[in-house]
Amino acid sequence: MNTNSNTYTIVYASVMVIIVAFLLAFVSSSLKDKQTANEELDKKKQILASLNVETKGADVADLYSKIVKKELILSVDGTIKAETGAFAIDSKAENAKEAKNRSLPLFVCEIDGITKYVLPVYGAGLWGPIWGYIALDADKSTVYGVYFNHKGETPGLGAEITSTAFKSQFKGKQISREGNFTSIAIVKPGKSDNARDYVNGISGGTITSQGVDAMLQAGLGQYVNFLKK
Amino acid sequence: MSLFSKENRETFFSPLWKNNPVTMQVLGICSALAVTAKLEPALVMGLSVTIIVAVANLVISLLRNTIPNRIRIIVQLVVVAALVTIVSEFLKAFAYDVSVELSVFIGLIITNCILMGRLEAFAMANGPWASFLDGLGNGFGYATILVIVAAIREFLGSGTLLGKEIIGKEIYELGYMNNGLMLLAPMALIILGCIIWFQRAKNPELND
Repeated sequence: MNTNSNTYTIVYASVMVIIVAFLLAFVSSSLKDKQTANEELDKKKQILASLNVETKGADVADLYSKIVKKELILSVDGTIKAETGAFAIDSKAENAKEAKNRSLPLFVCEIDGITKYVLPVYGAGLWGPIWGYIALDADKSTVYGVYFNHKGETPGLGAEITSTAFKSQFKGKQISREGNFTSIAIVKPGKSDNARDYVNGISGGTITSQGVDAMLQAGLGQYVNFLKK
Repeated sequence: MSLFSKENRETFFSPLWKNNPVTMQVLGICSALAVTAKLEPALVMGLSVTIIVAVANLVISLLRNTIPNRIRIIVQLVVVAALVTIVSEFLKAFAYDVSVELSVFIGLIITNCILMGRLEAFAMANGPWASFLDGLGNGFGYATILVIVAAIREFLGSGTLLGKEIIGKEIYELGYMNNGLMLLAPMALIILGCIIWFQRAKNPELND
C-alpha cells in the first residue's frame, strides 16, 4: 500500500485524531469527580490559610467544617440572599456580571469562640488572574489574616505576593476609617499613604502589587454595605 | 533474538550513564532547571517523563510502518500530546499538590527534546520491545540526573529531603545557614555542569 498518497495521509490523520479524541474524553470524564474533589479541598485549604490555620497533615474537610460556621450569600446592598451555597460561587463568573447583580460569598467562621469573616477577592495581576481571601475580625475592619494566590505571576517578583513576608504585613491593618471603607493601600517600599492603612508592595513586582491594591479596593468595596452594618 | 540479549541490555543501560540524554546529549535542560528545587516534584517529573517516553516509543514503533512519511512528526506529536494530557489528568486526580507545583512543566513535556529525539531517532527504526526499553532507559537517565540535582539543591538550600528535616536544630544553633542561592535556577545549571565534568573526568573516552 502506498503510504505516501494524499488519500492515505488524510484518512490516517483523521482516524488517529478521532481515536485520540475519544481516548482523552474518556479519561477526562472518568477522572472528573476526583479532580473536582481535589479542587474543592484546595479551596478549603486556601480559606483556612487566610485564618492562619495550619492545614499541613490535618484532615482539611473536617477542620473546615469545624471552623466555618456559615456560608452566606449577600447581595450588594448587604442583605442576606441565601443561607448556604457561598462555597460553590465562582468568583470569576461573578466578576463578569454587572456590579449590582453579583452574589457575594461570605464565610462566617469561628476561631476559639470568636467570630471572623472571610471575604473572597478576585482580580488581575500582570500575567493572569490573582485571587485571595481576607479574614476580618468581628468589628469588620481589622484584618485578621490574608491569603493570596496567582495563576502565573513572575517567580521571585510578582509571585512573592504568596509569601508569608508579604501576607503577614496585613495583620492588624484597618480597612475602614471612622466608619468609612478605605481599603488597604499597597505602596512602594518607603512611601506612605496618609488617607488609609498601607503595606509595602513587592520590589520588582509593581504591576502585581498594583493588581493586589485594585483587587482589594474593588473586591472588598463590593461588601461596603455589609461592612457598615 | 531473546528479550534480554546483549543488544537490548545495551539499549536500556547506555542512556542511564554513558549516553545520558541530559548530561551527554544536553537535552531536556529547561525542565531540569525548573523542577529541581525540591526532590518530590523532580521525582514525579522524572517518573512522568519515563512513562511517557516509554509508551510513546512503543506506540510509534508499533505504528512505524503505517505512518505516512510526510506527517510523521505530527503523528509523533499527537501521540506524545495525548499521553502528556492523560498523565496530567491523572496527576490532577491523584497528586493535586504536586500537579499545582509542576504547573506548566507537565504540559511542556510535549516539547521536551528527549521525546522527539527518541521517537524520531529510535522508535521509527526499531521494533516495539527495543523501543520500549530505549524509552525506559532514556526516561530513567533523565530522572536520575533530575533526582541527583534536586537532592543536592533541596539538602543545601532548605536542609530537607522530600520535605523532612535532615539537618538538626543543633547544627543551626552552631551558626549553620541554608544556602538560599541553591533554590535559584542558576545553581541547577552549575550543579549539572559539575555532574557533566565529573562524568567526563571519569570516562575520558566520552570526551570529543
